[in-house]
Amino acid sequence: MFGLLLRRLAVLIPTFLGVSIIAFSFIRLLPGDPVMLLSGERVMSPERHAQISAQLGMDRPMVIQYFDYLGGVLTGDFGSSIVSKKPILDQFWALFPATVELSICAMIIAVALGIPAGVIAAMKRGSIFDQGLMGIALVGYSMPIFWWGLLLIILFSGTLQWFPVSGRISLMFYFPQVTGFMLIDSLLSGQKGAFSSAISHLALPSIVLATIPLAVIARQTRSAMLEVLSEDYVRTARAKGLSPFRVVGVHALRNAMIPVITTIGLQIGVMLAGAILTETIFSWPGIGKWMVDSVFRRDYPVIQGGLLLIAAIIMTVNLIVDLMYGLINPRIRH
Amino acid sequence: MKYKLALATALLSATIFAGAANAKTFVYCSEGSPEGFDPGMYTAGTTFDASAHPIYNRLLEFKPGTTQPEAGLAESWDISSDGTVYTFKLRPNVKFQTTEFFTPTRALNADDVIFSIGRQIDEKNAWNKYINGASWEYADGMGFPKLIKSIEKVDDLTVKMTLNRPEAPFLANLAMPFASILSKEYADSLDKDGKKEQLNQNPVGTGPFTFVAYQQDAIIRFKKNADYWGTAPKIDDLVFAITSDAAVRYQKLKAGECHLMPFPNAADVQSMKSDPNLQVLEQEGLNIAYLAYNTTQAPFDKPEVRIALNKAINKNAIVDAVFQGMATPATNPIPPTMWSYNNSVKDDTYDLEAAKKMLADAGVKDLSMKVWAMPVSRPYMLNARRAAEIIQDDFAKIGVKVEIISYEWAEYLQRSKAKDRDGAAMLGWTGDNGDPDNFLDTLLGCDAVGGNNRAQWCNKEFDELVKKAKVTSDMAERTKLYEQAQVVFKKEAPWATLDHSLAIVPMAKGVTGFTQSPLGDFTFETVDIAE
Amino acid sequence: MADAITAKTPEIVTTGQMRRQMLKEFWFYFSENRGAVIGLFVFIALVVVAVLAPVIAPHSPFEQYRDAVLRPPVWAEGGSWSFLLGTDPVGRDILSRLIYGAQYSLFIGLFVTTLSLLGGILVGLIAGYYRGWIDTVIMRLMDIILAFPSLLLALVLVAILGPSLTNGMIAIALTLQPHFVRLTRAAVMEEKTKDYVTAARIAGAGPIRLMFRTILPNCTGPLIVQATLSFSNAILDAAALGFLGMGAQPPAPEWGTMLAEAREFILRAWWVVTFPGLAILITVLAINLMGDGLRDALDPKLKRS
Repeated sequence: MFGLLLRRLAVLIPTFLGVSIIAFSFIRLLPGDPVMLLSGERVMSPERHAQISAQLGMDRPMVIQYFDYLGGVLTGDFGSSIVSKKPILDQFWALFPATVELSICAMIIAVALGIPAGVIAAMKRGSIFDQGLMGIALVGYSMPIFWWGLLLIILFSGTLQWFPVSGRISLMFYFPQVTGFMLIDSLLSGQKGAFSSAISHLALPSIVLATIPLAVIARQTRSAMLEVLSEDYVRTARAKGLSPFRVVGVHALRNAMIPVITTIGLQIGVMLAGAILTETIFSWPGIGKWMVDSVFRRDYPVIQGGLLLIAAIIMTVNLIVDLMYGLINPRIRH
Repeated sequence: MKYKLALATALLSATIFAGAANAKTFVYCSEGSPEGFDPGMYTAGTTFDASAHPIYNRLLEFKPGTTQPEAGLAESWDISSDGTVYTFKLRPNVKFQTTEFFTPTRALNADDVIFSIGRQIDEKNAWNKYINGASWEYADGMGFPKLIKSIEKVDDLTVKMTLNRPEAPFLANLAMPFASILSKEYADSLDKDGKKEQLNQNPVGTGPFTFVAYQQDAIIRFKKNADYWGTAPKIDDLVFAITSDAAVRYQKLKAGECHLMPFPNAADVQSMKSDPNLQVLEQEGLNIAYLAYNTTQAPFDKPEVRIALNKAINKNAIVDAVFQGMATPATNPIPPTMWSYNNSVKDDTYDLEAAKKMLADAGVKDLSMKVWAMPVSRPYMLNARRAAEIIQDDFAKIGVKVEIISYEWAEYLQRSKAKDRDGAAMLGWTGDNGDPDNFLDTLLGCDAVGGNNRAQWCNKEFDELVKKAKVTSDMAERTKLYEQAQVVFKKEAPWATLDHSLAIVPMAKGVTGFTQSPLGDFTFETVDIAE
Repeated sequence: MADAITAKTPEIVTTGQMRRQMLKEFWFYFSENRGAVIGLFVFIALVVVAVLAPVIAPHSPFEQYRDAVLRPPVWAEGGSWSFLLGTDPVGRDILSRLIYGAQYSLFIGLFVTTLSLLGGILVGLIAGYYRGWIDTVIMRLMDIILAFPSLLLALVLVAILGPSLTNGMIAIALTLQPHFVRLTRAAVMEEKTKDYVTAARIAGAGPIRLMFRTILPNCTGPLIVQATLSFSNAILDAAALGFLGMGAQPPAPEWGTMLAEAREFILRAWWVVTFPGLAILITVLAINLMGDGLRDALDPKLKRS
């Protein structure tokens, strides 16, 4: 186990360095002068231009800039936003819980619906049930989620007015941010109705974000189940006269879950990409929207830092998935 | 379940208003996050609406609804006869806000003024670089470091500022958000605790509202400042619900989740106006979009040619196609809400025949020219390419061939400054301090040639007028000079003045006491909600 | 000399027969999947619509009918027969724009897939054939690309290159590339050890011939399946970029861009939002249906499951 961890880390470190080089060089490849854009129509004096360039460290050789940046990153200093002048890491931690909360809710929806759907489809293979479920899954898998989100807003927020249009909680609730997770904080606050308000704000965005992972998990569960169901020991168990529930619940499902867990892990990366669109549509104050806004504001240090942080998260998640896979399935340990 | 949720949300939105009986909460659906809460470092109106206006005051304040400065924290002031020494008498007993993080022990005094302005102009000031990347865009942009020779404390309530040269717009500059007055006592206490950066996160000022909390990119909360020196606000709580999407803001306004919103989609304005639950204010913004000819190049060096081309531009078509009517055609280079706007100047009428004749009289035949269109949407020109296409179409009708060109934005700004630029460049300006000098001298003065003066236009008569107005302290005198300058401008026509976009403010029916600011500020000091 | 001829002729014959046989088998498995056949027909229909756009579109996609702004579809109240699916905020016919939009989407899919497929095969062959440090460098590079969410990477790339359809397509192709590289490399490494490759090498085949003529044809199956997936991903990602204002620029009738332009009207005119999204969904769904069929037919490991 430890050996696996070391081997994975040995690959991860050069990858992370590569990621940092890419994130770093992006803003230096930009056409035009990022400093000049800050002043727009106003003409910037040459002294001021030089001063800001120096602040951004853009007046020194690239290699030195890079090692400075890397040194900063390793000590937790990702630099400051050009626009707000706040440290990037502070902004990241302020917004990250919102994205995590949304992603976890979406993942719960995806797993809670996707696995049963896949199991049912596999057990009733070829039936209308199977075809219907897999048909829906394929539609979900093909969904342009930015459009799906808009449709849900039109229907549930516009016409029916069941759910709020955007935000994380109704404005009437005000309580300190202890964890940054609105669901937990609203419970901690003890205010009546705060929790249900937080839930109703979460509902539409998490449905939208869950759509594609849900479809992928359902499809993956179905094919994993089919494979396991055709294996000898399951047939034996069946032949022995065990109830189908026991066969599926105890033997098949456990083995089928191995590839499904990998799929779930990989969907976390997909979710971060989906969060970019979902958060933009629902004005959800998370890191996806933060990145889009920064791209439009041309806030280069934030784009650079955000890319690096997000890549680091995805890499960490993948590492954990790998290790978990190794734990569940001893065969791949070496 | 769904019904329960629906009921819950319905109840929630109902309680915003029901709760108003005991504590009035005013919700403003703002369009973006504030960059920070120390207004000196920033330039965005969104930031000022959340910092400078609710939390702070300045020595002078703009009279609501105008661009004229009046007494603020300074009760009165005196200007030396040569226009270089300004002596301000501060209002006595102005208390700073008491917050969870700071309790003031003294009232406003001269030290606070010296601290607030001084840190922006002196690189050696301990607060000049108090956070990483701190810079003072507006103080620099307005030339404060070179303009101000010294700021001195005469006594606790008297401050003397000495300038290196007379500068009439100085008073207006002091009314701008960047010149907000912060508490030196608070800054000192932060310094002692080693938490200087808090000055930009947990603000303390003298303004009508006290900062309570900011949740990044989501909500800012303020409460009424009980010790406010002016008329106490009528609302108890002020909430900024940050909602970047205009359609969503509108939806929230309709659902009663907020009382007032900025920057609606042009497409929604018609239905907002016909909604009985809403009221809509509108006013020209403090901006201008223009097409600057290069007046140093033939045949555009002749005023007749420029006027002929101006006559061929259908400004109403641009207003309709680009703004869906939410703009007004521009006549003068300054917007009508600015003092000294000359109403007697008439715009060149759209007349293709007359234009054709004028061109022929000037001896111009088979003219082909370039029109530069910005690659980005700006408040004064939402879609430059579309406007350029309309101009192209119109010019074709008088036999002038137009090629539309564009560059990446930074490059566009850079290249359009060049003195030998080929073609007429479309651009615009949004005013800073509401002073005509900020448009007329900044954009059309002789020293701006090769810089902000995209027409490369240096007219002696015009330049003398605006330079004289800059050093004259008397308002009536200045007004006259600027009015004259506008006449010269129209006669010489270095630009085709295209449009001033309209600022539109939709709000709930029950909202009273909101005054639209020509500077584009959103202030809620006097706002009330009817029961 | 004679030996060579007799040795070669039967090989050609068997190859031809084998191809026919494979094709037959392929069609058998493919056509067994009803969804795949439906997908194929929809896809063919889309291609026809795209090609014939100038003929079948009732209006120009750019012409603005200023007196018919935001006209609802024909079946809704206030709709008219001249604008079957209604008009957009500046009075352009939505149906015509959708028809021309099919050209964009299919072109995007084709271009991006070709680019990432060719690039991916080339890089993957090199990595898998030569191994060693080249392989390590290439695979690390691919890991790096995969460490970013693809849409975010494309978004930032486009921000750097400047928002346009071409740049969007290049950016998306780059983010899709690693999948092809990994597939090709894995296949090459597996095939390389097989007898026929060794035989060809001993017979004196150079590395280029070995890679392209001998090994590559034997790993086309998974590549085709991945290519279909990329095709639909490319359309979705390009539409997402368009939606964020970073893809095709207005007034191009690209579906994602149309959605972005229509966004401010969501609460007033449902049709300007609904139809472009529906078009994207149908196209992507058709391609994914075909992809499932192709996988069943081409990938022996997944066959019959």
